[in-house]
Formats: sequence, structure tokens, C-alpha cells
Amino acid sequence: MLELRNVDTGYGTFQALFGASLEVRLGEAVGVIGPNGAGKTTLMRVISGLIRPTAGQVLWEGTDLATVPAHRIVELGIAHVPEHRRLFPRMTVEDNLRMGAFMPAARPKFAQRLEFVYGLFPRMKERRNQLAGTMSGGEQQMCAIGRALMSDPRILLMDEPSAGLAPVIVQQVFELVRRIRESGLTVLIVEQNVQQVLKVVDRAYLLEAGTIRMSGTAAELSASDTIREAYLGV
Amino acid sequence: MNAIPKGKAGLWAAAAAALVILPLAWGSPYPMHIMITILIWSFAYTSWSMMGRFGLVSLGHGGFMGVGAYVTALAWNNLGLSPWLGIPLGLLCAALLALVVAWPCFRFRITGHYFALVTLALSGIVLQVIVATRGLTGGSLGYTPDRVPGGSSIIAFQFTDKSTWYLIALAVWAMGLVIWYAVQHSMMRYALEAISEDEDAAAAAGVNVTAEKLKITVISAMMTALSGALYCQYQMFVSPDSVSGIAISLQMVFAVVVGGIYVALGPTIGAVITILLGEGLRIGFGPAAVGWDNLIYGLLLVIFIIFLPQGILGSIMSVWRRNTARAAA
Amino acid sequence: MGFFDIFLVEALVNGLLLGGVLALLALGLNLIFGVIDVAWICYAELVMFGMYAMYYFVIVFGLSYWVAAPMAIALIGVMGVLLHVLVIAPLLGTAPINQLLATGGVLFFLQSLATVAFGIDFRNLGIRLPTLEVAEVFVSYARLLAFGAALTGMLALWLFLTRTYTGTAIRAIAQDREIMALMGVDTRRVYVITSAVGGALAGLASCLLVLQYDVHPFVGLSFGPITFMICVMGGLGNMIGGFIAAFIFAEIISIGGLYLDLEWGYVFAFVFFIAMMFVRPEGLLARRS
Repeated sequence: MLELRNVDTGYGTFQALFGASLEVRLGEAVGVIGPNGAGKTTLMRVISGLIRPTAGQVLWEGTDLATVPAHRIVELGIAHVPEHRRLFPRMTVEDNLRMGAFMPAARPKFAQRLEFVYGLFPRMKERRNQLAGTMSGGEQQMCAIGRALMSDPRILLMDEPSAGLAPVIVQQVFELVRRIRESGLTVLIVEQNVQQVLKVVDRAYLLEAGTIRMSGTAAELSASDTIREAYLGV
Repeated sequence: MNAIPKGKAGLWAAAAAALVILPLAWGSPYPMHIMITILIWSFAYTSWSMMGRFGLVSLGHGGFMGVGAYVTALAWNNLGLSPWLGIPLGLLCAALLALVVAWPCFRFRITGHYFALVTLALSGIVLQVIVATRGLTGGSLGYTPDRVPGGSSIIAFQFTDKSTWYLIALAVWAMGLVIWYAVQHSMMRYALEAISEDEDAAAAAGVNVTAEKLKITVISAMMTALSGALYCQYQMFVSPDSVSGIAISLQMVFAVVVGGIYVALGPTIGAVITILLGEGLRIGFGPAAVGWDNLIYGLLLVIFIIFLPQGILGSIMSVWRRNTARAAA
Repeated sequence: MGFFDIFLVEALVNGLLLGGVLALLALGLNLIFGVIDVAWICYAELVMFGMYAMYYFVIVFGLSYWVAAPMAIALIGVMGVLLHVLVIAPLLGTAPINQLLATGGVLFFLQSLATVAFGIDFRNLGIRLPTLEVAEVFVSYARLLAFGAALTGMLALWLFLTRTYTGTAIRAIAQDREIMALMGVDTRRVYVITSAVGGALAGLASCLLVLQYDVHPFVGLSFGPITFMICVMGGLGNMIGGFIAAFIFAEIISIGGLYLDLEWGYVFAFVFFIAMMFVRPEGLLARRS
């Protein structure tokens, strides 16, 4: 469904990814783990077109995304929950969700999608007229995920959904991820919280210094000595 | 800028001597008038670029120029104060005005757009004040300093002889360049460059951001006021539109951008181009040219900013430097 | 100039009415600034062109005011788009000050173009609307109409910004430019739409100002600076702040003009503005970030 083939990219003269390859199949939940600065966010950004590969290909159902303008990629069914949530802080929750349904194909389904998102996050329905920037971190994360779901995507890219949240909220966020993938959505999730993310994904990749070092099923990675020592602290 | 090598020193001296002697030997009044006008405006444009090149884009310099011109002339006509005292008074007023407007701006980090708009309002307001005090200043009809009998007087700073004006304008223009170089070779330049890159980092490195910006602003405003006073004394007539207001401020920006903002002679090149263009149109088309000069300036300003933001001289010099660097390698 | 009357109440009422038009002008400028992060210095010159358009439509082509007004609004909207596409868009990646100075070049260009094309004569529509008297206070219908239309225009903009997808995107873009692509928003397109709306607001203002003032190539200079002061005081890009500041300034001008000349009204407004910068430098309704 989604495939990266030997992707190089970076910012100016700084190269952030070196020949990164990965694959996400329909209905899967895939994780990308790795330390700070490994290029995880860059990996997400290159998929949603915010930056372009300097070499290699990003394939979505076989077609190369290189020539698709960034604002059209969401129309293909790829929704991105950005790092740090990036809500529109001075707009209401409902206006934020409305922005998620901006693309023409999503607008007629707005009411239906809103119902779906409110069903998933009843808290958002209570707070729909509150300014997004005034909510707690966990609520903001719900809103950010909800906003991405408004476009009725086929794959959800999540960039560090647990970053900056209190431990008890982190638990809730991963619970949400589990529910989202149980609803049948394909998920690609980037996380530093290796222990938690390996519990919810089917497969995972280890990204270090812009290079994919290791890949395998969640169980394989959890059992790997490298991962256990460096990331799980056992 | 590198120090001038010994061999080039003679060349510079020859150029300076030629600038002094040739026009005087030629002596024809119209070219002399054009040269004087170019020198006075070059000085005004250099004054603007003193702060403009550090990213402090002021659109209020039309105001400072107007203050210099009107204060000097008003002091002479009403108080009998010689321009030798009136000009310093005008400069002082411009400095005070600059402080009153710039201090809150800099202290509260009003930069970029905000600063440009605040100063834009300033030049608009100086024009309004001149118009509003029409009982004193003659309003939009303009103002003439009282002539001394005979037309020339050192005390009144009035000279009928164009050669005298040429030497005065040349000296003031050269002084402008000296100040430009003095700033270029001072610690102030490093401080201001650091500020224009990143105010927070500069402040963290121990630069007193507000004080440094105020210093250059006051220097720039006083120089501009001097150019206004000179213009008034030379023309023996000023109107609010010719020395104040938004149009004059923008004219300064235009000339500096066209000439080159980061090079010492850039503003001078800008003055040469704009004044020759204006005169050319005036001679070529006569009264039908009214408006066309500004039309072309406006268009050129947009085109330069988009395609040649370093200005004419700046671009030539960077190409030249690249080539010499290649030749040296 | 005779647009202020002798009584304080009248001055207050007139200030209120003037505030409506100034608020409209400030709103257009703030919209552009908030969304595109560019200050159109030539905004008042767009209004000047709109006033000329009204003059030509009504006096030269003999159209009715009500037919001419929408045409002028559309025309200035198109000018806004051209300004964006030809001047701003090529400079979007460069230092913001370049964009500001380029619009300064456009100011020069438009002023001179008007001088060359229309001459320097003062022109007006020759429409003299009657004066309304309420309890011995005289208020001209022209100003009432302008006030009403300005408020209607602002209400329409508010509905557009809050009730439509495009309007929501315009508000969102001012808060987080970079992620708009993730929402499927083509920011370049939103910029063009915003420029059209900003231009149309200038067009609306020109339809209202032409009822009260003569048009000449330099008419923009008489309300341009005041509009910039309003925007800075309200906080650039802050539409509500600009709205409130517009009425404060209008009252200062109006009351200042009552006791002295109109120019002094402007001068008082500037003095007030400088004083306010010491007190509330980030603007009236600053958001502390």
C-alpha cells in the first residue's frame, strides 16, 4: 500500500535520511522507533510531501508521490498527525476538525465524520466550542488525531503521539491507537516510547542516524538484544 | 572592504582632485546644478542607508529631512538665527524626534513591518504638521528663507555662486562617505550586524540592542536633517512635498535599493540614476513628463527588488569580486 | 475642508461614522497581513483607484451608483490579485522587508499612473446627499450610508471567515502556515483569494469615501498613514484590535479637528499613537506569546 524505496532527503546541505526503505501493507499497524534526531519526523514529512526525496521513491499503491503537490496527498487518503500536534490554537475544536475536512471530497461527509470522531472522542464533543489551545495536552492530541480522521483517510501517519504527555495520558493515547487500528485503519506510527509502541503495532523498523537498522515483527524486535539494551532498558 | 593598497592611493587622490577641479573648470551652470543636486541627494540617501543596511528600514526619513529644512529656515526668518546655529538646531530637533519615535520601538522590539509602518506614519505626520501650521510655514504652498541683500552671505549661509555650493555639497557628500566608512570599521557595525541577524542572540552576547539601534538611528536622522537644510539653503525654497512625506521616504529607499544598499557608493549611484532619469524625462518630454518619472521609479523599484536586490553597484561588485577571486585562485 | 461641524456631539457622531470606514480599511490591511504576512503599503492607493473607477463609471459612463459600486469592488479585488501575483508572490521566499518595499514601489507607481492617466484635478461624483437632523445634530446621509455599508461589509467578511471552509482556512493559515498542506489546503490559492478579498474591501471603502471626498492622485496619503497607525496599534493582523483602534483614532481626529484644523486631528492621533506605544507596545489587544 505504502512503500519507501531507498529514500534520501534532507534540509539544505543537511541530509536526514540515507536510503530509507520501508513498507506498510493494508490493514497493518507499523511502528518506526529510534532515538531523537534519527530522522523519524523527516520520514513522516517525506511521505506527506512536506519535503521531497532527493533520491529514491515514495510509492502509494504503486504510483510515485514525487510529482503530487503536498496539498493533494491528503486527497489520496494519507492523513498526517504532525509532531507536537500543531492544532490551530486560537480556533475552536470544531473549527480545527472542519479544517481536517477541508478537501472537497470530505466536505459532503463532514457531519458523518464529525459524528464518527465525536463517537471516538466524546470529550471532543463536550469541548467543541472551546479554543483548541486552551485544552490539556492529552485533549489536544485527541483533537489532532480527530482532525486527521476527518478526511476519512486510508492510512494514518502519527508522529510521536505520546511526546510531552503525562504517563497516565500516554497510556490513554496508546489505547486510542489500538482502537483506531481495530477500526480497520492502516497506521504508521513513529515513537520514542518503544515499549508502548511495540505493544500496539504488528511490525516495526528501527531508524538510527537516518538509516533503517533493523526491521521485524513487534515480537521479534522486543526480543532483540540491541533493542532491549538500547531502548527498553533491560 | 579591504584597506586600500599603496598603488591605488594615487588613483583615489587623482579621482578626488578631478571631482574638485573639473566641474569648477567647466563652470557651466546647468551641469553644475545637476551635480550639486546629485551630491545633496546622495548624502541624503547615504544617510538612509546607514541604518537601512542593518535591516532597520525606516520610512520616516522624509520627516527628518523636512525637520532639518524647515527648522533652519524658520529660525532664520523668525528669530534671525544664522543657519550656522539653525542647522545644528534642526539636527537636534531631528535627533529628538528620532529618539521619541525610535526609543519605544526598539525598547519594545518593534521591528520589521511594524517599524516600517510606524516610521511611515511619522513621515506622513511631519508633512501634516507643516501643512497644519500654514500660518508659520506657508503650508503646502512652500516656504522661502529671507534673502540677504546682495544674495551672498556666509552668516546667512546663502550663496549665489554655484561653485561655492558645489564645494559645500562635495564636502558634505564626502563627509557622508567618511561616516559610512567609520561605521563600517567600528565595533558598532558588528553589533548591528549581529542584531540584524538575531536580536536575542546579540543581546545574549552582551550587545545593548536598544542603545546600538538608537545610536545609528540618531546618526542617520541627523545626517538626513542636514541634507534637508542644505537642500533648502541651496534651492532657497522648500515645500512639504519636496522634503517631507511618504514620497520622499520612498524615494530614498528606491535610490538606495537601485544603487546598492550594502556598498558605500551605492546610494550615490542611486542618486545619479534617479536624478538623471528625472532630468532626462523633463528635458525630453517637457511638462508632459509630470508623473512619468515617479511611474518609472515605482516600476523599477519593484523590478529591482524582485530581480536585482543587491542593486546595480552591489551586483557589479559581487560579480567583480567573484571574478577576481577566481583569477586569484 | 468643512467636514467637521461646530458641535461636540456632532463631532462625536461623525467620529463614530468615520470610524466605520477606517475600521473597514484597517480590516483589509489586517487580513492581508495576518494571512500573507505582508503589509501592503499601497493599500490606500488601491482605494484611490477605486474612487477613480467610481468617478469614471458614474460620471463618464453614466452608470448608476448602485451598478458602479459592485463593479468598482470587483475591479479593485482584481487589482489585489494582480498585486499579489505580480509583486508579492515572487518575493514570498525573501526577506519580508523586500515585500514591504516592493509595495512601496507600487504606491509610487499607482500614484504616478493616476497623475499621468487622470491628471491632478480634484474630481467628485457630484452627488449631494441630504443631511439628517436629529435633536439639532446634523449628520449627513453620506456618512450614515458609509457607516452602515462598512459595518455590513465587515459582517459579511466575518460570516465568510467563520462559516465557510475557505474562510476557516484563511483564519487557520495565520496560526500555522506550514501544516496547511496536511489539511489539503493549497496556501498559494488561499493567498490569492485573500488578496482578492483584501482588494474588494479597499474597493468597498472607495465606494463609500467617494461620496464624501474628492478624488485626486494623492488622496491616499490623507488616510494611508492613519490606517497604518490603526493597524499597528490594534496589533498587525489582529482584526478586533484594529476595529477598536479605528474608532479611537476616528474620535481623536474628529474632536481634534473640531477645535483646530483637520491636520491637527491627525497630529493628535499620532501623538496619542506614540504615547500608546510606551504603554501598550504590542498593540491594544496584544496576545503575549
